[in-house]
Amino acid sequence: MRIPCPYCGERGNAEYAYLGDAGVSRPQTPLGAALEGATLDAWMNYVYLRDNPAGAHRELWYHASGCRAWLIVTRNVSTHEILNVEAANGAIRDGRVGAL
Amino acid sequence: MVLPSSHSRAGAVADLRYSILSLVAQSFRGNTAWRPVWREPEPKPAYDVVIVGGGGHGLSTAYYLAKEHGIGSIAVVEKSWIGSGNVGRNTTVIRSNYLDHANIPFYEWSLKLWEGLEQDINYNAMVSQRGVLMLYHSDAQRDALARRGNAMRLNGVDAELLDRDAVRRLVPILDFDNARFPIHGGLLQPRGGTVRHDAVAWGYARAADSRGVDIIQNCEVTGITVENGRAVAVETTRGKLHARKIGLACAGNSSRVAALAGLRLPIESHVLQAYVSEGIKPLVPNVITFGAGHFYISQSDKGGLIFGGDIDGYNSYAQRGSTPMIEDVMEGGVSLIPTLSRLRMLRSWGGIMDMSMDGSPIIDKTPIEGLYLNAGWCIGGFKATPAAGWCFAHTIARDAPHELNAAFRLDRFAAGHLIDERGAGAQPNLQ
Repeated sequence: MRIPCPYCGERGNAEYAYLGDAGVSRPQTPLGAALEGATLDAWMNYVYLRDNPAGAHRELWYHASGCRAWLIVTRNVSTHEILNVEAANGAIRDGRVGAL
Repeated sequence: MVLPSSHSRAGAVADLRYSILSLVAQSFRGNTAWRPVWREPEPKPAYDVVIVGGGGHGLSTAYYLAKEHGIGSIAVVEKSWIGSGNVGRNTTVIRSNYLDHANIPFYEWSLKLWEGLEQDINYNAMVSQRGVLMLYHSDAQRDALARRGNAMRLNGVDAELLDRDAVRRLVPILDFDNARFPIHGGLLQPRGGTVRHDAVAWGYARAADSRGVDIIQNCEVTGITVENGRAVAVETTRGKLHARKIGLACAGNSSRVAALAGLRLPIESHVLQAYVSEGIKPLVPNVITFGAGHFYISQSDKGGLIFGGDIDGYNSYAQRGSTPMIEDVMEGGVSLIPTLSRLRMLRSWGGIMDMSMDGSPIIDKTPIEGLYLNAGWCIGGFKATPAAGWCFAHTIARDAPHELNAAFRLDRFAAGHLIDERGAGAQPNLQ
């Protein structure tokens, strides 16, 4: 599997590290808030629960042996086809990903 | 809705019992009288229990539901052919050398069931207790394995801590003086070993069928009907099957099938590769795990070396991996057994692992009444096949987990009762 890095071009997946689903967001819980009810559900969703789809999957990759940029890769996990790659920093700024 | 609670064995194919006499009798007839060993029934509109997934776990669950709990009307629905998934994609190792108190009794019960399996189901699964040897390469690793061995022995499991000379007598081909990873010894479980994995699926299928279980192949579940918080039917490509209880044993596809009932699981699906070399004369006498890298190896009765390592590390449903992991596993293998570098690799394949977020399985009821879940086996579901089926059957039939699987709860992630055998599963956001 080869992933086209927007900065370095197409590289083998051995250069990358994987963090998983880019669709989960870290809850913005105030320090000391009780971990129950909706807060607990939000943390469960973030830490443990996953959609785990069989088709297109938005996921975070880190170009560890390259430019060390975080990327959001959309990949068909049933065929390993790369559908889209974008730098994660723009998505974080726009509030489209909150996992990091 | 009226559900049939009894069933007829009409149409059962083969009550033929395998024995030396049956083999001789068949051979005198030129082996022309062998019959299919399970039926190909049409799905009925309703069952007491429908098991989704015709792999090792699903088939053993159906078998033990019929045998141990006397449930009359059971169907196993499988989207492809039985045994087409992970029960035929593993490296066939069985063992119970665990450390966690939640795991040891469960896996030991599994090993005990393996030991009696062939007599129980009258099927040659080639259970071979050739021993499983975990190597250590440092004083710290020796201490960790001594602790593990003591935990095993406290639970009545066999374990022997071997020093370097004892390992050398057992397996002289290892690279004992490797500059980076010298072998200091190993923890041996003599009762561990290997099983012919296809025979496990076929043997359980035949045994379940002979107790009246309908095994329905090429029957993909496309929906789960939930009414008033209760699962009442599965919709399939071969029609709708009503059921009092529905058990999911779908391995890598657990998330997809559970999503049909609106459940979201703490599971990611990842690809794990396995490899086999060309066939050679006996070289590796038992199952050996490398302590300095993720690599383990055994030799099949046909002579091929079977080995494996870690998951590729990214979500996948593709049943094939990529080359960096192949390279990594080969490096581990050659570090352990340098002579492997002279062998040709015959083939490799991938299976889809249901990686739970703490690396331990789930056998439990779900928030939906009448729906039961057996999932999250990560990279170690094969060895658990008999006990997973046995415990899942108990959980379904009694509506409560057995003591052996009481810790394998679905709600343990929210409750904080993670099973700390491996520490972490696929990609929990723990940082």
